[in-house]
Amino acid sequence: MFDFLEGYNVLGAFWMTVKLTALSAVGSLVWGTLLAAMRVSPVPLMRGFGTAYVNIVRNIPLTVIIIFTSLGLADIFGMTMGAPDDFDVQGFRLAVLGLVAYTAAFVCEAIRSGINTVPLGQAEAARAIGLSFSQILRLVILPQAFRTVIGPLANVLIALTKNTTVAAAIGVAEAALLMKEMIENEAQTLAIGAVFALGFVVLTMPTGLFLGWLSKRLAVKR
Amino acid sequence: MSSVLYDTPGPRAKRRNVIFSVIFTVLLVLILWWVWRTLDDKGQLEWSLWEPFTEAQAWTTYLLPGLGDTLKASALAMVIALPLGALFGISRLSDHRWVRATASTVVEFFRAIPVLLLMLFANEFYVRYSDISSEQRPLYAVVTGLVLYNASVLAEIVRAGILSLPRGQSEAAMAVGLRKGQMMTNVLLPQAVTAMLPAIVSQLVVIVKDTALGGVMLGFTELLNSRGTLAANYANVIPSFIVVAFIYIVLNFILTTFASWLEARLRRSKKGTGAVLGGDDVDDINAGEVGGTATIGTGGKK
Repeated sequence: MFDFLEGYNVLGAFWMTVKLTALSAVGSLVWGTLLAAMRVSPVPLMRGFGTAYVNIVRNIPLTVIIIFTSLGLADIFGMTMGAPDDFDVQGFRLAVLGLVAYTAAFVCEAIRSGINTVPLGQAEAARAIGLSFSQILRLVILPQAFRTVIGPLANVLIALTKNTTVAAAIGVAEAALLMKEMIENEAQTLAIGAVFALGFVVLTMPTGLFLGWLSKRLAVKR
Repeated sequence: MSSVLYDTPGPRAKRRNVIFSVIFTVLLVLILWWVWRTLDDKGQLEWSLWEPFTEAQAWTTYLLPGLGDTLKASALAMVIALPLGALFGISRLSDHRWVRATASTVVEFFRAIPVLLLMLFANEFYVRYSDISSEQRPLYAVVTGLVLYNASVLAEIVRAGILSLPRGQSEAAMAVGLRKGQMMTNVLLPQAVTAMLPAIVSQLVVIVKDTALGGVMLGFTELLNSRGTLAANYANVIPSFIVVAFIYIVLNFILTTFASWLEARLRRSKKGTGAVLGGDDVDDINAGEVGGTATIGTGGKK
C-alpha cells in the first residue's frame, strides 16, 4: 500500500523542515527581541527603525523575501553564506536568513504586546528605586513579558513551521519540494497528499499542545 | 505605554541618547554605504535599469497584469471562502455533537497544513481529474489552495465573532421565543459580521501575500511572477525587486490601515455591543491560536 514511498526520503525531507524551523526560531527570537527592545527604547531613532522594519517586513510576502535572498543577496551581493560551492548548504542558510528576517517582525510584535500587558506599577516601581532603562527591561519587564507571550510566541512558531515550506521556492530539499516531486511522478495523488498533510499535523500539534500547557502553567497570576 | 519604561530624559540621559543615536546612525550609514557600493559595482544603479519603470510599457505589459492577477486570485479566494467559512464556523457552534465534531476536525486539519501543500495538491488534482486548460490551471489551483486554508481561518473568525457577542444577546433572543436558526440569522450573525469586518480585511492581507507562492511554485502569472519576466527582459534584478516589494507594501498598508480604521470606528461607535475582532486576533487564528479561544475577541480590550 505504501509502495509509492519507496525511493523517496520522506523522513529526510521532514528532518530538513525541522532543522529550518529550529534554526529560524532561535534566530528570529534573538533578532525579534532586539527589535522589540528598539521599539520601546528611549532613543527616537531606534524606535523609528524598529517601527519601520516591522511595518515594511510584515507587508512583504515571505516568498518575495526568500526569492530575494537567492537572486538578490547571493547573486548580486555575493553573500554565499560561507558555502560558495555547496548550493544545498547555501540555499539552506539563505532560507534560514530569509525566515529569520520575516519571522522576527512577528516575534517583535508579540513581545511588544507582552510588554504592554505588564502592569504600569511594575515599571513605575522599578523606576522609583532608580533602575536604568536596560535594568528595567532586563530585570523587571522582560521576565514577566516573556511568560505572558509564550502563547503568542507559540503561534508564531507554528506559523513558522508552516512557512518553512516557502523555502522550496529556492530549492531547499524540504517537505513541500519533495511532495511536489512525488505528486508529479507517482500515481497515488491522494495518499501522498495525506502523508505530507499528516506530517505537518504531527509537527505542529505537539508544539501547540506543549506550549499551550506551558503558557498556562507559567502565566503570571494577577 | 512605552514611555512608562523611562523618565523624561534629563541632561545626562539626553547626552546618552545622543551618543546612542550617533552610534546607531553610523552603523546604519555603514550598512547603507556597503549596499550602495555593491549595487554600484554590479551596475544595478544604472539609470537604464530604472528607466523602464518611468515608461508605460513595463507597467502595462508586466506589472499591472501581474497585480491584476494577484487581486483577482485574492478576491476570488475571499468571496468563495467567506460563505464556506461561515458555514463551518456556525457548524462548530452547533448543538449536535456530530456536526460540531465534523466541522472542528475539518477546520483544524486544514489550518494545520501549509497553504503551499494545498496549492500543489490542488494543481496535481486538476491535472489528473479535470480538463481545465493548462493556462487556467494555476489560477484554479491557487484559488483552491487559498480557499481551503482561508475558509478554515474564516470559520474560526466567524466563530470567534459570534462568541465575542455578550451572552445577553442570545439569552434575549431565546427569551422572546426565537428558534435557533432565527436567533442566528436575525440576532447573532448581523452583529457578528460587523464585529468581524476588521478581521476579514486583515485576512485579505494574508491572502494577498500567499498568492505570491502560486507565482513561484505553480507559474501563476501574478505580481512576483511578472517580476521575473520583467527582470529577464530588462536585466534589472534589484530595481524590479524594489518596485514589486513597494507595490506589495502599499497595497497591504492600505488594507491594514483600512482594517484599523474600521476597528477603531467600531470601538468608538455607541451602537452595538462593542465586540470587535481585530488584526491581532487574526494573527493568532492564522497560526493555530495556542492560547485557547478564550482570548479571542478581547484583543483590544486588555
